[in-house]
Amino acid sequence: MSRLALEGVSFSRGARAVLRGVDLRVEPGEVLVLAGRNGVGKTTLVRLATRLIPPSEGRILLDGRPLPQLRRREIARAIAVVPQETRIPFPFSVTEVALMGRAPHLGPLGFESRADAERAARALEQVGIAELADRSVLDLSGGEQQLAVIARAICQDAPILLLDEPTAHLDVGRRIAVLDRVRALAEEGRAVLVVSHDLGLTARYADRVALLADGRVAAQGSPDEVLRPEPLRQAFGVEAEILRTSEGAPVVVPLGRGVANSQGPSPE
Amino acid sequence: MLTRGRLVAVLGALTALLFAALLLSMVVGPSSVTLGEALRLLLGGEGEGAAADIVLRVRLPRALLAALVGACLAVAGVLFQALLRNPLADPFILGVSGGAALSGIAVLTLGSALGLGYAAVPPASSVGAILTVGLLLAVAGPRGRLSPTTLLLTGVVFNAFASAAIVFLASSAGLADGARIFLWLIGNLSDARVDVAGWVAVFLVGGLACAIPLARSLDLLALGEDPAAQLGVDVERAKRLLLVATSLMVGAAVSVSGLIGFVGLITPHLLRLRIGPDHRLLVPASALAGAAFLVLCDTAARSLLGGREIPVGAVTALAGGPFFLVLLRRHHRSVFPT
Repeated sequence: MSRLALEGVSFSRGARAVLRGVDLRVEPGEVLVLAGRNGVGKTTLVRLATRLIPPSEGRILLDGRPLPQLRRREIARAIAVVPQETRIPFPFSVTEVALMGRAPHLGPLGFESRADAERAARALEQVGIAELADRSVLDLSGGEQQLAVIARAICQDAPILLLDEPTAHLDVGRRIAVLDRVRALAEEGRAVLVVSHDLGLTARYADRVALLADGRVAAQGSPDEVLRPEPLRQAFGVEAEILRTSEGAPVVVPLGRGVANSQGPSPE
Repeated sequence: MLTRGRLVAVLGALTALLFAALLLSMVVGPSSVTLGEALRLLLGGEGEGAAADIVLRVRLPRALLAALVGACLAVAGVLFQALLRNPLADPFILGVSGGAALSGIAVLTLGSALGLGYAAVPPASSVGAILTVGLLLAVAGPRGRLSPTTLLLTGVVFNAFASAAIVFLASSAGLADGARIFLWLIGNLSDARVDVAGWVAVFLVGGLACAIPLARSLDLLALGEDPAAQLGVDVERAKRLLLVATSLMVGAAVSVSGLIGFVGLITPHLLRLRIGPDHRLLVPASALAGAAFLVLCDTAARSLLGGREIPVGAVTALAGGPFFLVLLRRHHRSVFPT
């Protein structure tokens, strides 16, 4: 079981401090939802966690080992990422895209085995696009392409999963299907981080929620603890009312722009 | 899914196609050579007499050079398309061939004063190709996000500039041989020599040796640079190696044949339709198919008008221009996302 830990991580782009001393842990078996307004640094955090960029301060540990000590392929075997959006310029089939998730497990001149093909077929089934297996991704809708990319991440068989707005292009049925699958992956023992600003749906799948505001983790805890008017006002600058579903899960209903922290979303 | 068996089968079929193209180019021409004779000579048989002379001294060196240049251009096309994530990229369209040609001509015209001979042209062309790629990336801005529109426009403008500069250099240096410069600008293989073919072969093998171990990385780069890195690819290293490989191959091809366009566009596209986009297969397949394609084009170029020869670059451009427009129309949505 693997865990990912950010310790006092800061990151500046030019003079602008994007992240300022972020402490965050993603533990095996849990879904952590990271929320915050546009441009607050959620995507930057995913890039830092996979060593695409180095932090200006602080350190990031994968199973207790600092990222700079690891090779790229080791990181890829441990962390699978689903980006916000993927545009694939060539006519790969959906199965071929899923199989790309096996790359960190094969050598540069390796070929996928029958077991890899079965793994890919199962991943496509799990995200509900088995019938698209042989279709070219160029002929798919944005949502269907995103599902192929999620299947690719599942195929990667990494103990840590980072999803950056994974459901932004999906209709509500597929959104629930993907989040159910994400939930199941966590219950199998994976550590899952979902970056999202869709608090309505995602929070129901979260074990913990962290709110990112002004480059810091403004609040962190169970959905019940974090999804309250005051932290939401601070993180999103909106007034919100919290309702309950019949099962008791919190539902955030934004009412209007707040006054306490209303500099507005910064441009991305 | 790509398996070793499929790889062997496809590459075997394409090797047969290349051999057939070479065979055809041995028998087509003003002097008659029978298929049997050509086959015997191609397979290394000893030969004497007029037919052997024509095949071994005239047609074979030229066909081999066509094959090597075609392979270089097709592989360079595949690599540019993968690196720039743009199915419309091609060394000619990007202006990289133009930059290589300009650099080659500059050495040819100004270099004689420095004592540089013809041997300096292929490396100079490769340097020109590298500089042009550098220019393209500089235009792209610091993060290297080259929009397809910028890319194509830069290529078109740079090509026009390079052609003008070549004509200027050639005129001012008194290379009175205007017809030769013209032939070079449009791309032709009539100067084929065996020693030159050897040079191109070295550059091609070097380029393939860089590209084939990185073929799977090219597949992953199709997902984007960040996702590729997150799947374990050392993106910066792969890009550097591949740009050098591409520049070497383009430089070699251009220095012996001038500006032959569209081979790197047509071949990979047709291959993707038949065998899919997996680069582990596509890269070597492009080498074979590009070779066969240019051999066939050159055979057509020297035989279509009876005794008079058309530059092979005119044949590829006549086929490639309309092809490019069809591609542009088909890929408009994926290349130029709204």
